[in-house]
Amino acid sequence: MVSFEIDGKKVEAEEGSMVIHAADAAGIYIPRFCYHKKLSIAANCRMCLVEVEKAPKPLPACATPVVEGMKVFTQSAQAIDAQKGTMEFLLINHPLDCPICDQGGECELQDLAVGYGGDVSRFQENKRVVLNKDLGTLISTDMTRCIHCTRCVRFGQEIAGIMELGATGRGEHMEIGTYIEHSIDSELSGNVIDLCPVGALTSKPFRYSARTWELNDVAAVSPHDAVGSNLYLQVRRDRVMRALPRDNAAVNECWLSDRDRFSYEALNSEQRLVLPMIRVNGELQATDWKTALDFTVKGLSKVIDLCGSDSIGALAASNATLEEYYLLQKLVRGLGSSNIDHRLRQSDFSHDAVAPLFPSIGLPIADIEQQQGVLIIGSNVRKEQPIIGLRLRKAFLGAARIMAINAVDYEFSFDLAHKVITPPKQFVASLSRIAKKLANETGTTIPAAVGDWAGDVAVSDSEQDIAKVLAQTGNQTALLMGQLAVSHEYYDSIYQISQVIADMIGATVGTMLSANSAGAWLAGCVPHRGVLGSTENNPGLNAGQMQKQSLKAYILFGVEPELDCVDGANASNAIGSADFVVNLSSFMSSASDYADVQLPLAAFSETSGTYINGEGRVQSFGGAVSPKGEARPGWKILRVLGNMFELDGFDYTSSPEVFAELDLSNLEPSAKLREVAIMAPPKTETTSEIDLERICEVPLYASDPLVRRAHALQACADNPPPAARVNAAQAKELNFSSGTKINAHMGAAIVALELIIDDRIPNGCILIPSGYPETAALGGPGMTRVVRA
Amino acid sequence: MLNQESLNRINKEIAKYPVARKQSAVMAALHIAQEEKGWLSNEVMDFVAELLEIRPIQVYEVATFYSMYELAPAGKHKICICTNVSCMLCGSDTVVAHLEKKLGVKLGQTTDDGRFTLKEVECLAVCGGAPMMQIDKQCYENLTPEKIDSILETLE
Ligand code: SF4
Ligand code: FES
Ligand code: FES
Repeated sequence: MVSFEIDGKKVEAEEGSMVIHAADAAGIYIPRFCYHKKLSIAANCRMCLVEVEKAPKPLPACATPVVEGMKVFTQSAQAIDAQKGTMEFLLINHPLDCPICDQGGECELQDLAVGYGGDVSRFQENKRVVLNKDLGTLISTDMTRCIHCTRCVRFGQEIAGIMELGATGRGEHMEIGTYIEHSIDSELSGNVIDLCPVGALTSKPFRYSARTWELNDVAAVSPHDAVGSNLYLQVRRDRVMRALPRDNAAVNECWLSDRDRFSYEALNSEQRLVLPMIRVNGELQATDWKTALDFTVKGLSKVIDLCGSDSIGALAASNATLEEYYLLQKLVRGLGSSNIDHRLRQSDFSHDAVAPLFPSIGLPIADIEQQQGVLIIGSNVRKEQPIIGLRLRKAFLGAARIMAINAVDYEFSFDLAHKVITPPKQFVASLSRIAKKLANETGTTIPAAVGDWAGDVAVSDSEQDIAKVLAQTGNQTALLMGQLAVSHEYYDSIYQISQVIADMIGATVGTMLSANSAGAWLAGCVPHRGVLGSTENNPGLNAGQMQKQSLKAYILFGVEPELDCVDGANASNAIGSADFVVNLSSFMSSASDYADVQLPLAAFSETSGTYINGEGRVQSFGGAVSPKGEARPGWKILRVLGNMFELDGFDYTSSPEVFAELDLSNLEPSAKLREVAIMAPPKTETTSEIDLERICEVPLYASDPLVRRAHALQACADNPPPAARVNAAQAKELNFSSGTKINAHMGAAIVALELIIDDRIPNGCILIPSGYPETAALGGPGMTRVVRA
Repeated sequence: MLNQESLNRINKEIAKYPVARKQSAVMAALHIAQEEKGWLSNEVMDFVAELLEIRPIQVYEVATFYSMYELAPAGKHKICICTNVSCMLCGSDTVVAHLEKKLGVKLGQTTDDGRFTLKEVECLAVCGGAPMMQIDKQCYENLTPEKIDSILETLE
């Protein structure tokens, strides 16, 4: 610790830290533009000049290390003079266009100009003009306003890990841009909008729609990934105008993924379901709530009377609130059925009995940074969970060796120490070989079934390398399963063997799921367990079964079966052929084609509720705006239905009352299975040589009903139209080239797509994304035959 | 993209730095590429980025910063005139005017026959001989219009 003085006040600071750190900690404000607590120090704006005793000239506080006994003056004549001088220089080339600048009102330059700027300009010459850049659909540019602080450049280089913006040219000719015009496709790009201290980079969707001082901030939690990023929804006249990050060091720090930042656009979508609707003579008709609810109760009662309560089932989205899940399962169970689930993208449910209390990533999010080793299993983590990707990058910049078993050689913002890129069908075998090798290294005995899965194939070099690293990183290791693992036909075996690996070295194992997957489990929104993991004596059908065998009646809660289910084609067939379908939804969707009644559901911004993120963090929030049209919060709809069915315990008057029924203290993020029991591998199926295994990823902007309706995200470069991707060798073998129009056959379904050569894909595979109407007919993972259209 | 000789030279430069600091060779690599190609096209810069395992924008930053790199095809001889303070005080304006008139091009342009490119540059650290210019790798000091004429005559 170093002690010294700022403005006569005694302060202490860590050795090696800068004057600005100490000043910030002591609450002494020093003006700045280029300095940002999360970025490296550039010291290029000179706004932070302060006087330091014995120094011949003012020094930049952001780049002056603290020294024992030094005396710093931030308000002395010399300091103020220097700061004013800097300001005058900064304003030389800055346009005076605050009245038409979106940054006005939240502009650091504007604020500091009030404090340090002159009232008239002495500059008589021409201001320089910089042409705007087209950076895509999310970021709008006015580059003449740029003050060259390089925060945006450093963000790309340091935090996002993919440098897209740079400073080209020199002196007066310096410009911030991409040099060759292209859009920025980082999944975190929106953060440069927050970082830019002036109006050079602003939000394109928000452009010219409101003044910042007209907006009220309402704290909220993002509904898209396992991180549960904290945000502010900014509201004007009962409409969400914008989303901004809410600083939370343990969760998202000061960052926000583009999905979390721009998905708010969908809240005001023209596709919102704003009126209750019932089907009369085959047509959906708008009606009032009472009629719709009566219709619902009658319809469901009829099915129960005729076919028994087992013939109804409920499927919920994985980002409903805890309270909604709780009431939904209470309603369904109250009606005598346990057919309830939210795991729409899971195919293998074999380990349900030994599953942990709730799914988690296995460790606190912030701890990811400290890991020495990480093994990613089946995940494009950078796009699936952008903030976890960012933490992994930090781990990588530390000392972590990150490794992956994946079906696509994804580009991450960190280097992989070792990787196995293999068809999904080989995931389990590859993991087993790693487990075997690791058992060798560590001298542990492991279940024999692991050897059966490993087969006779020799351990590959990368598998050996991964095992060796794991043996070294030991209990400082995290195993993280992602979407390709969770939707895998042998998810259970992947999970079990991952756990075997983790147990050998004391590592954590976890799954990266959705915004409230944890809440769904804890609320009992699974067929085999009740509230808080209690045993369900009469386990019902899981999501996979409900998608296959048609029930007589379905309750859909925020689900678009076609796009949200692992096998959307089958799911919508099964549900579409039911006698009675209740669709609680925020949007008109393909489910509207067969829904018998549609109940407009409030979106996440319009209801109070709770999300539990992937580290077991319980985050409650209040509604930011009132529900669109006649939409109502889910908990209210479910409560009324409970009352109308005359079920006990549906007398809540608020969502906190619902919440209070659940004791959620001490949620440790441990995703360990209660017991390891590895199934024997299946008989090797003989597949036709010419068939390719479909890799069925859900791209980031296809993940849920909300993002699928956020215009700017849909139009951005990171959301290319769905295509079929194979590697060059594979394409050559099939005699296709880039752009060939092909037909993909799976079962009886045929889908026409364009072929793209993509060398990230292993041999024998074809990447066809799901989550798009264009590919929904194909269903889920499986073998595909591709022929020229 | 580049011929084997250039690649060998670049690899030699890369070898001068620690393995994790390959990017340090960016300036040398660009010089070598420019010597072979005459100028740096986007494709050449992207190629250098790939060689050094950095993002293309990192190469563009360097290439646009230094006036020694050509981002468009340049003439056979590159005439760089310093217009910084010392040279300006000693009459670089006359040098510029004379060359512009003689060659019929403005600063930053190339003559139609492709022989000369005229460039304005910052101080080349030959202030003692101001006004000065550099043609290709050679410096010429204490310039007068007559001296310039005779220098140009020696060039093909
Ligand atoms: S665009 Fe904004 S953040 Fe980037 S350098 Fe310019 S002022 Fe700084
Ligand atoms: S904040 Fe210190 S130089 Fe910019
Ligand atoms: S000012 Fe011309 S060489 Fe230095």
